[in-house]
Amino acid sequence: MTKYWKKFIISVGEISELIAETFYWIFSGQIDRRNTREQMYETGWRSLPVIFLTAIFTGMVLALETGSSTISVFSEPVYLGTIVAFSMIKELAPVLTSVVIAGRVGAAIAAEIGTMKVTEQLDALSTLGTDPIKYLAVPRFIGVISMVPFLVLFADAVGVIGGLLVSVYKWEIPITTYWEDAFSYMYLEDFFHGLIKSVFFALIIVAVSCYKGFSCEGGAEGVGKATTSAVMISMVLILVSDYFITSALVLLGIG
Amino acid sequence: MIKLVALEKSFGTNRVLRGLNLEIKDAEILTIIGGSGCGKSVTLKLMVGILRPDSGEIYIDGEKIDYDDRQKLLAIQEKFGYLFQGAALFDSLTVGENVAFGLRNLRKLSETEIQRRVSEVLGMVGLSGIENLKPAELSGGMKKRVGLARAIAYQPRYILYDEPTTGLDPIMADIISDLMIKLQRDLKVTSIVVTHDMKMAYKISDRIAMLYEGRIVAEGTPEQIKNTQDPLVRQFIEGRADGPITISLNHTGEILQ
Repeated sequence: MTKYWKKFIISVGEISELIAETFYWIFSGQIDRRNTREQMYETGWRSLPVIFLTAIFTGMVLALETGSSTISVFSEPVYLGTIVAFSMIKELAPVLTSVVIAGRVGAAIAAEIGTMKVTEQLDALSTLGTDPIKYLAVPRFIGVISMVPFLVLFADAVGVIGGLLVSVYKWEIPITTYWEDAFSYMYLEDFFHGLIKSVFFALIIVAVSCYKGFSCEGGAEGVGKATTSAVMISMVLILVSDYFITSALVLLGIG
Repeated sequence: MIKLVALEKSFGTNRVLRGLNLEIKDAEILTIIGGSGCGKSVTLKLMVGILRPDSGEIYIDGEKIDYDDRQKLLAIQEKFGYLFQGAALFDSLTVGENVAFGLRNLRKLSETEIQRRVSEVLGMVGLSGIENLKPAELSGGMKKRVGLARAIAYQPRYILYDEPTTGLDPIMADIISDLMIKLQRDLKVTSIVVTHDMKMAYKISDRIAMLYEGRIVAEGTPEQIKNTQDPLVRQFIEGRADGPITISLNHTGEILQ
């Protein structure tokens, strides 16, 4: 048991070192532009379809469930806009977007860096005058951390529209009522609440995935293990930290 | 000149190097032979500072490697070209970009000069005009040669070869050997080769050193090695299973003889 604790503590130390070193390169301005652009495109633009699907159906099912539940209590569907919009913007858009990005982008990061590790490409980078963290981790950190909040905003909008479609066509609520319900109780802080959370989640995804890639060992099997554990650890950390970050934000009066 | 003094390196409980001493003279081809997993590749990685020894010192041209000074370490790494066992080409980049990689990072050259140098070194390894292919489209022998072109592109003083002929057919292995001798003659570099291919070792080496149990146990010209009476070396170069070298054949490390 102590062996596992020791391993865990060493990993925490190493991952902190990786994050510190990456931010050192970012703040010293030594950024590989081409790779960073590619990573932003990959994380941002290429994730739009799956985020669209995730968000629209989540919004739709929220409206459906809320409608049928409120009917059984109040005999008519009420507060659909409020519940859909608050749930999406404060909780579901940040968490679901991050979980999808952990599966899509985090897995790719761990697999790519892991493969480079086991085929000695990371060593090759060092011998050719490039720091692997500067060349690989920096563009991925910037790509994921800058794009996830935009994806969350996109998911907010798509989710609320999904809810609107079901509210209007299934429960026959007027569009204006839905909009009023949704936004008359909402403040800008509620948006920030979701966005701030998503930045933390993005950092978790990219740091865990890069770390798992860099510390990968043992051929194809090692790459498989690194990829699986990168996704699993990211997801669990997102869900667990969600509670604590939310408590902190509520305490600070943000949302 | 490279001087390795009392190097020790362990991975977990596995003591790979146990006080290795070795000197490499300028403009020679030194071949390090030894069984699989005896620490040959580790020795090369220590020389370029990819790995850090647990104890011992490494001097490159009289200067001791300092792992904490990034700039100095980079200046030392620039002196080396490294041909990796599996070539380690970057698969997301084309052959041309691979070869140009070190040039862009380590030398201040204009784009036209870089392109000229890339086609020049690809010509030297007999692969002109493949700049736009991706590594996945190349055969094993071609990958090794592109790896070699990438290693020599920025004119390093030392070239390290990690098993340059492993996994190649005998003809391609001989072509690579000839190429190594030609590069040595034309570029006046110092080469350090790690291999267990004795045919190549005899053909290319000025000196051969044998690594066993983490130390250099024999050193000499190919003639001296060929005629040595040392039972360790004799067993290795003749490739016999019985002799003083014992190899564990099962996972518990138990020796089966």
